[in-house]
Order: sequence, then structure tokens, then C-alpha cells
Amino acid sequence: MNHILNMQVATPEIFIFSMACLILMIDLYTHDRLPLLSYWLTQATLVAGIYLGLGGMGTEPVTTFNGMFIHDGMSVVVKLAIMLFTLIGLVYSRQYILDRGMYRGEYYVLVLIAVLGMMVMTSASHFLSLYLGLELLSLSLYTLVAINRDSDTAVEAAMKYFVLGAVASGMLLYGMSLMYGVTGSLDIKTISAAIQGMQSDDVMLMLGLIFIVVGLGFKLGVVPFHMWIPDIYQGAPTSVVLFIATAPKLAAFAMVIRLLVDGFQSIAVNWSDMLVILAVLSMALGNIVAIAQANFKRMLAYSAISHMGYFLLGIISANPNGYSASLFYMIIYAFTGLAAFGLILLMSRSGFEAENISDYRGLNREHPWYAFMIALVMFSMAGLPPTVGFYAKLSVIQALVDVNMISLAVIAVLLAVIGAFYYLRIVKTMYFDAPEAERTITTGLDARVLVSLNAVMLLAVMPWIGTIMDLCMSAIQSMG
Amino acid sequence: MIPLSHYLALGAILFSISVVGIFLNRKNVVILLMSIELMLLAVNINFIAFSHYLQDVTGQIFVFFVLTVAAAESAIGLAIIIVLFRRRHTINVSDLDSLKG
Repeated sequence: MNHILNMQVATPEIFIFSMACLILMIDLYTHDRLPLLSYWLTQATLVAGIYLGLGGMGTEPVTTFNGMFIHDGMSVVVKLAIMLFTLIGLVYSRQYILDRGMYRGEYYVLVLIAVLGMMVMTSASHFLSLYLGLELLSLSLYTLVAINRDSDTAVEAAMKYFVLGAVASGMLLYGMSLMYGVTGSLDIKTISAAIQGMQSDDVMLMLGLIFIVVGLGFKLGVVPFHMWIPDIYQGAPTSVVLFIATAPKLAAFAMVIRLLVDGFQSIAVNWSDMLVILAVLSMALGNIVAIAQANFKRMLAYSAISHMGYFLLGIISANPNGYSASLFYMIIYAFTGLAAFGLILLMSRSGFEAENISDYRGLNREHPWYAFMIALVMFSMAGLPPTVGFYAKLSVIQALVDVNMISLAVIAVLLAVIGAFYYLRIVKTMYFDAPEAERTITTGLDARVLVSLNAVMLLAVMPWIGTIMDLCMSAIQSMG
Repeated sequence: MIPLSHYLALGAILFSISVVGIFLNRKNVVILLMSIELMLLAVNINFIAFSHYLQDVTGQIFVFFVLTVAAAESAIGLAIIIVLFRRRHTINVSDLDSLKG
């Protein structure tokens, strides 16, 4: 089915965009009298967006807006996850934002615009809509990182993020321009058909592919294009890091699928070789450098780099099983990251950022429940068996074994063992070191209950893990 | 008529200059902004050359969007530079070193 103008499939996007404009206006007039109104309106918008998105489940793939916008199973699942994770993240960060004077209506409007950008990227079936969605997301994120204007580190992080983000877009665009020259089209379906018969010794095709892979590498933050990740995670306000570390990772997954799979599946041999190098380097550097970090947020940044390496393993296998394993890995990683940063926000209070590992010494004596929660998150990130992180790692490595890439799978497992060291060191700090200072938790009840639920779900996987796996599988199979 | 390869070479040279400008520049953040702008213009040359050569108008439309986004991008970049200058009283790239590890 190819409708020229079918607005209906884009209802969640249109709704979120209208609400973002409306909230910006409403906040202007009510900010002094009803300060929390824009927060609640944003949450209501996301809930309604999820409801509208659910209506698109299980329908046939549809292309609309003259082939700019595609609605298929993958886009529905990724969009729902993006909206849900943003919603949970905003609950965690409300108190933190209020305590630090960052509470302005613009914060929520920028978050909504970033969500819109991610949704456009997820549904892009043309280079133009992909690029515009990506920029909508990136420009909102640069601003969000700098939203605390009084912080030296946040402003420096924003500058670095801006420059490297712009370089990444430039690389991606250069690759797109070469692809346009080779195929004569910017529509991803047409490009895919045009390169079907081409040989891999076509210089311009390969050059375009390399630039696109480099651009994707920058956006994903894999080695050797990772330099911005640690600085952003350390410098930006924790509430913004929470957002950057969760939902945009899913959008990045969608971008990888739209470009490499929808577009260049017929030259999969070439890009999967490039991705192997990026994945091995990321897993190695991320896991090894993380050991030397004393800042918790910076450690989680290197952990994110290594997780992106594991995520690439599923893409490397270049078949639908691998893609669904990667989607599953990304959803689980974002969910675990949500709990990790949620707990850091919970431990912080006004005037105190719980961002050094030493701030967690002896946490078990005072707050055994939250120490247990952090331990669960660490186990899940390390991929220890009873937690959900284990199933995520298992599924990507299984995908590799299925295509007979045994040596890569062995490297991945060995590096995961090295990685377990620094996660377990946090657990040791909390349980066996002597506490230094009194800690009081000032975060509201809603965030405490939700973050506990989030962390417990990492352990109690049985009721829901099968559903998510099936969802990922059907999402990939119903791609248009 | 000037052949396509000349335009592509020009685009590639401009792109290389901008990449070198970004990674070798240790002095001024504004030069980074200029390099980023140059990078997008190099891409635009490529798009327009291909668009003319392929007799296909899509490439030129794409250039309009790239230009628009580039304008928005510079606005945000300059805003960040102003905030940075207010905090640090310097816009030297080599002074941006408080985040390390």
C-alpha cells in the first residue's frame, strides 16, 4: 500500500509536536502560579502518545508522505519504547531538576522535541527525513546538555558534544551525497534496489558506505569515534545524561537498521567487516578503561561504549535473528541504564552529586534496600545469570554462533569477564567499605517506588522477558 | 562544460580542509564553527553537482534543508560559545580540559 498522504499513521508524531508547541505557550503564562504544570502536561502527552502508538500495533507496513515516512512493526515497537523510557526518566529526574534550579518549561519542551526527532528517525524511509529527525534530536540534546548555564563542566561538555555531533552529521551527509551520486536517488527503497547489482569494487559506493558507517559510529559512540561519550556523561547534569543514555540509543538502533539493513543489505558483507573492527575495539577499550575510573558517571560512560560493541554483534550477523537480538539488547540496556541513572539521581540531593564511586562507601549500612538495587543494576550490566542482562548478552552471542563467527563470540565473552570486575567493585564498595558521611534521600515517593520496581524487574525476568523477545522478533519480521 | 569529477574534487578538498581544521585547531572555538560550516558546504557542492549531472531535482531540495539546518546549528553553536565565554572568560580550545580521565 502506498498512500500519497496518509496522516493517520503519523498521529503520535503530530500529537507530540502540537503538544510541545502548546506547552511552550502555556508555560509562558503559568510558570509563576503553577510551576509543575508543564511537567504534568509533558507526562500526559507521553502517556497519550503511547496510547496512540499502541493503536498502530500489528498493522501492515504503510509508506506515506511521498515515501518519506514508513510505518512498520519495527517503528511501532521502537517508538513505544522511546516514549515509555522518556516518561520513566522524567519521573526520576523531577526532584533533581527542581533542586538545581534547572526547572524551566523549555526543559520539557526540548525533551518532547527530541522525542519527536527520534520518532521521525525511526520512521524515516528517505535520507531527508532521516537527516531531519537526527538533527531535531541532536540540536535539542546540545541545548539540554547546556541547560545548567552556571556549571563549568556542563557548558564544556555541551561544546564538545556540539562539535563532535556536527562532525558526525557532516560525515553522514557526505556519505549520503556519494550514495546519491551512485544510485541517483535519496529514497532508501530505491537505493536498495539500485545497488542490488553493483560490485563491491565500485569505489564511490564503498567510499559512501565508509562515510555512512563512520557517521553512525560517531552517533553510536563506538571506538574510535567515542571521545565525546565520557565527557558528556561526566559533565552534563545527571538528569540529562539519564535521557541521553536511554531513549536515543533506541533511535540509533533504528537509524542503523534503516540505513544498513533497509538500504544496503545487498552489500552486507562489506559493512559487517567494518562493524567487526568497531565492535571488538569498543568492547576492549570500554571494558578496560572503565576499570581506571573514579567517577561513577564516567565509568558508566565507558560501560556504555562497551555495550554499544555488544549491540553491534547482533547487527554483524546480518540476518533477522541477529537484528532482533540487537533490538532486544538495546531495549534491555536502555532499561538497565534507566535504573542506574535513576539510582544516582535518587542518591543526589541539593548541593550534593552522588557521582564519585567513593560516595557509595558503606551504603548498605544506611540504606540496604537501595544498595541492593544498585547491586542488581551492576549485576545486570555485567551480564550475570539470574538478571536480564545475561539474556541480552546471550541472545547477541547466540546470533553470532548461529552464523559461525565463533572466534568473535569468544572474544566477546572474555571481554565481558574483564568488564565484570569494575561492576563488582561498586558492589564491594557498597557492602564492605566503611561509610563516610550521613546520607539522606530527599527524592519523592513516586520516583522511589518506580526505580525500585525498575531494578526488581531486572531480577524477576520470567514474567516479561519472553514477551519482549517475541515482540522484538515480530517487529523485525514485519519490516516493510 | 566542466566535468562532474572537477566538482567532486572541489567538494573533497573542501571537506578535507574542514576535517583538518576541526582536528588540528588548538586555538579558537569560532574556527571550529567555521570548519563545521565548511563541511556542510562541501556536502552541498556534492549534492548540487550530482543533481545537475543526474538531471534530478531531489538533490537541490536536500541542499535547501541542509542550509536551513546549518543555520539552526550555528545559532545553537554560537549560543553555547557565549555561555562558555561567560563562565570561563576564554574560548581557547586548549583550555577546555576540565573533563578528563
